[in-house]
Amino acid sequence: MSLFNVFDISGTALSAQSVRLNAISSNLANAEVVSSSEEEAYRARYPVFSSAMDSAMGGRGAVGVRIDGMVESQLAPRKEFSPTHPLADQEGYIYMSNVNSVEEMANMISASRSYQSSVEAMNTTKQLIMRTLNMGR
Amino acid sequence: MNMIDRLFGVSPQVLSVRSQRTELIAANLANADTPGYKARDVDFGDALAMARGERRGLQHAHGSHIAIGGESQAVRYRIPSQPSMDGNTVETDREHSEFMENAIRYQASLNFLDGRIKSTLLALRGE
Repeated sequence: MSLFNVFDISGTALSAQSVRLNAISSNLANAEVVSSSEEEAYRARYPVFSSAMDSAMGGRGAVGVRIDGMVESQLAPRKEFSPTHPLADQEGYIYMSNVNSVEEMANMISASRSYQSSVEAMNTTKQLIMRTLNMGR
Repeated sequence: MNMIDRLFGVSPQVLSVRSQRTELIAANLANADTPGYKARDVDFGDALAMARGERRGLQHAHGSHIAIGGESQAVRYRIPSQPSMDGNTVETDREHSEFMENAIRYQASLNFLDGRIKSTLLALRGE
């Protein structure tokens, strides 16, 4: 019965969205991290989603999500002049992470909405399956 | 067509097409954030006609050709009303409403089947 494939498909979405939430919380946690050179500064990281063309999922066109990898944001880290900071470099600059907190919060809302809609799909499918099992009783 | 098939009418095929549609819409919802993903849906009339064997889709011309499932040939790409920059054509609100509608229609067919089974059992028992 192909209704069971819904659990596989929505399951991949749940795990992908939770990886995304993890990355976002890591970005937010490191938003204020300071380092003494541009290379060492924390850079925001994001997962890259792609659809999993998997024959295991029925092979009939319905596909789940897969995470291809993580990418780091290419924005330049914030550079601040703070000569008294213990991590300041020779010229008195410190390098903050390039995380944009507002962007991360919006991203988090989007991830949690997507998570919810997959959970809802699974719940509805579960009800359909239970009703089908009870048919004729 | 034997007696049981006639008894149940079109409902079993409807359930099969509806469950395929549930799967596709769940995949659309799962890929709501995947760049380049194109939302798909089932052409219900086509899928039902194929499931009932009234219409035949593409057939193999040779034994070593790749098999195409009959019902999967009724799958169409959805035309987006607001396509996004990353090439994704999933509109979550629309998918939600389609998913709900599909689930309700699935349950309607289930109810028809249920009623048929119950009345047949009643007739058999003769109570």
